Amino acid sequence: MASNSCGGGSDRQMAAQHRLSVIAGHLQRPSGSNTAVLAAECKGQGSKPFVSSENRTVPRRRQEIMKWNGWGYSDSKFVYNKKGQAEFTGKRYKLSGMIIPGLKDWMENTFGATLQHKAAATPALNSSAVPPPTLNEAFVEELKSTGVPFSADAEDRVFRAHGHCLHEIFALREGKIGRVPDMVVWPNCHSDVVKIVELACKHNVCLIPYGGGTSVSSALECPPEETRSIISLDTSQMNRILWIDEKNLTAHIEAGIIGQDLENLLNESGYCTGHEPDSMEFSSLGGWVATRASGMKKNIYGNIEDLVIRIKMVTPQGVIEKSCQGPRMSTGPDIHHFIMGSEGTLGVITEVTMKIRPVPEYQKYGSVVFPNFEQGVACLREVARQRCAPASIRLMDNEQFKFGHALKPQVSSIFTSFLDGLKKFYITKFKGFDPNRLCVATLLFEGNREKVLQHEKQVYDIAAKFGGLAAGEDNGQRGYMLTFVIAYLRDLGMDYFVIGESFETSVPWDRVLDICRNVKARIIHECKDKGVQFPPLSTCRVTQTYDAGACVYFYFAFNYRGLSDPVHVYEQVEHAAREEILANGGSLSHHHGVGKLRKEWMREAVSSVGMGMLQSVKDYVDPNNIFGSRNLL
Amino acid sequence: MASKVVYSPRDPMLKKRDDFEDVLEERRRSGDLRYALRCYSPVLYKGPTTSKASELKTMVLQSDQLHYVVNQVSRESGVPLDDVQAEASVILEEMAHRLQLSTVRFFAFTLSKVFKAIFRSICVNEEGVQRLQQVVQEHPVVLLPSHRSYMDFLLMSYLMYTYDLPLPAIAAGMDFMGMKVVGEMLRMSGAFFIRRSFGGDKLYWAVFSEYVKTILRNGFAPLEFFLEGTRSRTSKSLTPKLGLLNIAMDPFLKGEVFDVSLVPVSISYERVLEETLYARELLGVPKPKESTSGLFKARRVLSEDYGSIHVYFGPPVSVRSLAEGRVNRSQFSLTPRHIPRRPSEDVHSFVNDAAYRLVRAQEENMVLKPWVLLASLLLQNQGAGQNRGVPLDELIQQAVWLRDLCRQFGAFLHWPDQIPSSEVVSSSLSLHGGLVRVSEDRVYLALEQEPHCSLTAEEELLSQAVVVLSCASYRNQVLHVFLRPALLAAAIHTASSSQKQEVYSSFLFLRNMFSNEFILCPGAAVQDFEEACYLLTKVGALHINQHEVLTAERGHRTLAFLTSILDPFLQGYQMVCSFLCEDATQALTERRFVPAVRAFIIKHLLKGRLRYPEVLSSDLQRNALAALLRLGAVQKVQGGEESGTLKVNRVMLNSLEDTLGGRLSTQKALRAHL
Repeated sequence: MASNSCGGGSDRQMAAQHRLSVIAGHLQRPSGSNTAVLAAECKGQGSKPFVSSENRTVPRRRQEIMKWNGWGYSDSKFVYNKKGQAEFTGKRYKLSGMIIPGLKDWMENTFGATLQHKAAATPALNSSAVPPPTLNEAFVEELKSTGVPFSADAEDRVFRAHGHCLHEIFALREGKIGRVPDMVVWPNCHSDVVKIVELACKHNVCLIPYGGGTSVSSALECPPEETRSIISLDTSQMNRILWIDEKNLTAHIEAGIIGQDLENLLNESGYCTGHEPDSMEFSSLGGWVATRASGMKKNIYGNIEDLVIRIKMVTPQGVIEKSCQGPRMSTGPDIHHFIMGSEGTLGVITEVTMKIRPVPEYQKYGSVVFPNFEQGVACLREVARQRCAPASIRLMDNEQFKFGHALKPQVSSIFTSFLDGLKKFYITKFKGFDPNRLCVATLLFEGNREKVLQHEKQVYDIAAKFGGLAAGEDNGQRGYMLTFVIAYLRDLGMDYFVIGESFETSVPWDRVLDICRNVKARIIHECKDKGVQFPPLSTCRVTQTYDAGACVYFYFAFNYRGLSDPVHVYEQVEHAAREEILANGGSLSHHHGVGKLRKEWMREAVSSVGMGMLQSVKDYVDPNNIFGSRNLL
Repeated sequence: MASKVVYSPRDPMLKKRDDFEDVLEERRRSGDLRYALRCYSPVLYKGPTTSKASELKTMVLQSDQLHYVVNQVSRESGVPLDDVQAEASVILEEMAHRLQLSTVRFFAFTLSKVFKAIFRSICVNEEGVQRLQQVVQEHPVVLLPSHRSYMDFLLMSYLMYTYDLPLPAIAAGMDFMGMKVVGEMLRMSGAFFIRRSFGGDKLYWAVFSEYVKTILRNGFAPLEFFLEGTRSRTSKSLTPKLGLLNIAMDPFLKGEVFDVSLVPVSISYERVLEETLYARELLGVPKPKESTSGLFKARRVLSEDYGSIHVYFGPPVSVRSLAEGRVNRSQFSLTPRHIPRRPSEDVHSFVNDAAYRLVRAQEENMVLKPWVLLASLLLQNQGAGQNRGVPLDELIQQAVWLRDLCRQFGAFLHWPDQIPSSEVVSSSLSLHGGLVRVSEDRVYLALEQEPHCSLTAEEELLSQAVVVLSCASYRNQVLHVFLRPALLAAAIHTASSSQKQEVYSSFLFLRNMFSNEFILCPGAAVQDFEEACYLLTKVGALHINQHEVLTAERGHRTLAFLTSILDPFLQGYQMVCSFLCEDATQALTERRFVPAVRAFIIKHLLKGRLRYPEVLSSDLQRNALAALLRLGAVQKVQGGEESGTLKVNRVMLNSLEDTLGGRLSTQKALRAHL
């Protein structure tokens, strides 16, 4: 198999493999053997799945392993230990169990957030705060007869009432619960979904599909004005790989599978999809399709729209799917494009055939330091022009570089710290880089060994033309590792009065610098304007390159001590930042989607005729608004 | 309708304005040489800055914008690319400034000497300077001084140097280049030169706009230009020119900078250096071409007293906040930004509104001296036919009354309250000895010439007109304070009834008629009306209820003053109308309009049918023509043999003239034209 064929002695490969195993290998298995039972119940399935799903990560009761009011696993979080040092708990990540000495100072210096001012979250969900479910008795009765498991338990319902927008998490921490689903169902396969949707139509209940729950567009929020019973359709139990076709390099997969499980299962057979969004530990295949997701390594593997071959979706009008697996077709507008990005408004995606690739023989991280952000962007532009982008290339601005620095774990040996000092001296003193202006690009190369080395040289040569200095593999690797823990950091911030969020856009090359400057400045300006007492963190990075432009990510956070309604202020600032993005030629979203958070700009973004087109599709497919999440339109 | 719009006026008396400091005081105490050679380290823009003039040129020549136009011009004209590129370099060479600190130091030295000799003080609001110091670091800055004198930009740079602010790059008219040495010296102190007209020259436009934008984008230096385009000969603010403002806003609108700060600067002279020069020019003596020797002849100027100067740096206006909700900036993201495009309708109207607001801001922060009030009163007495002067004590009493009215209207009046009014008046009169005479306790305008037997009646009239126009230029400084109430007063005067609706339509008519003459923000008719109503009610001149506008018992004096301040303009416009009706021949062109109408007016003045010599002002005549062209009463023939001639709509002109004279109700008139 591909992964075994390359004489696995390479450290780098080990590191790459380690990254995946970190994500998956250390997981506790959900207790109980309901897996087998449920699989057996699903009679609709003709044959046994190609890869069994015993290793599933997501149990039905997600709250058993995941936080109900924060990001990720319950056992993994940043805390200040007794000595007042920041530490990352648990055993799941490379950073787990490590002390991060720089974090406290960084938090203090950046936000003015000190240990004395703590904003504790409500420790546990108070079930009495959850409104009682509005159940549609007839629907429940008939559902029982199908044997699909369901629950009206408060914890189950609250867990599926939100994504990970700041206001959603903030409300949970305060113990505030709004409209939540009235019931959760766990279909086990496509035919279960068909039955549920039929029943929903028959009894006029509202369905909201739920995959990984990592939405950051308010897409999972229950519309407060919805009077029908709301059923959250949790796809997590539809998580099998049904077959792998090695001749065509495709796999047919149930849409509820989450990213890390999908990669692990494929890896067992020597394959991968190469689709690695930052949320891949938790987000699901169906969710990717429904939001037009993008993965970090899209330069090699493509975004989700490049990866899917065939999609099966259950709608109130029936099942939509294509009749063949041709790699491309001219059969009118591609119906997949009504499905991709439909954000749960048209139906439930149940199965997907997607491309797979052999696991790469060799992986190598890298990083480049540039004297300033302008030079860095120019370099990325040149890399894109020459179409030689590595699997991933990301450029962080100076603030993020400093942030990354603050997250360096404690170094164990004097020698490493000496080396670090030497590097710093070389870059700032010898090369004359201004530590307050320099920025870093992180790189990930993938492929066969020779080609990777060749490719690496090509990219470093381009970087050199823009004043870039190679800054080692460690920096690169740490950069990528941070994308998985950064979401945990928000919870720490919230413990100390700091709230923040990230948002993204895509923009033509000639606008990249302008949009970065203006949006960052707008955030600072608006914070001041809205009475934020401390200077905010306002930073960005370029995360993807395309022929005609780039994807830009903004991070922004501030200390809200002294504000009476911090979430409102936060929302005003984010709103202003989005306006600024649009005014500077950026898109409404590159891959997060529209949800309900960005709906107000949809008409402007796609024109009235465009809205009419989408609306007429919705009207035909779902005339009674069974899929009533009210996203997008 | 007016009453439906809620207008919540700020009380103009509560307008907060900063205090002044005299910069010459320090200069009189320490040596000028040391001052000129002192360490000059201005605060700089926080962004990446380029500091060398040569780098700036390279950036312009290598810009995408210029490349695009060079290619286009080469393709269209068939001239080889290199030649067009070379032409662009030549244009840039002719245009670009070459700032040199040594020249600046030279100016710092000489100007100190000159200023101390001719001015009593140069007063600057230092809070404004501090605001500017702040904002210069934050955003690219555009300085927008008012333009009343050649002195303006020398003074601006002098102050920037004095306060350790970065020296501005100043857009100057090409005519300065006629003065070889001075032109080059100005260039080395930061001026760059623009041809007065370059209509369809794409290449020139491209070089010019890119040069200006590069200065802004790179925080090279504050940009300075005159919104009014040229020096106002009348001391009234001129209708703003939009070209440069458009260019200056472009980097913001296209997202190349986060914001641009516009700083209106009001420079008021107690006595304008070019006082009688302007009056002559307005009366038809052609403008002398700027020449170095001409400037040296001005040496006798050095022995005169020109009083004080007040410079008020207004609060910076952020283009971003101006554009908020007005301009959809995403429109610029659909075509490459380096391809020149005409501004869209909404951008054009946005820039136009902004320009008016800025000129209004200049007006409002212009310091008014007591003399300005005296000039107004003397001219009114003159116009009322009292050629025999005003008793001094009566003038003092009137002036005090007017001072109080002015203050209630929120004027920025510098009347020293600690000094007795009589002294204030007499010291003002003595400073303007060339224009007024005091004898036997009566005050006269200095109209009487030494008995010259050789003078014809016409020549005598013109020489009187020089004095009247000079006085008028001082009165004009206060016009913006009285304008809106005066339009209302005149509207009440001409309206056929006291119905509010009726008065409002008269007001609208007059406002529309005079919108080339005065700064009246487009689309702000209702606010202007409400403001006028508010002010006149406040001073107790009017009672206004839901339906009616009634004159109060004690309001007659105020209303009479306001009506008569506008009267010369009303009469002047009527004159122009009747000239066009009666005297205009078939072949009247725009160029021959002014001499012809002047001759017509002289005739009327000599026959005693017209009382105001200031109607002879070519500025007024041109503005009237522009208004008539705008209203469609006169049309310019385009193309054909008669191209450029003016075609007159007699019916419309007649009714306009009658309406202005109050002989026709505006409602009918409005129905007829609008």
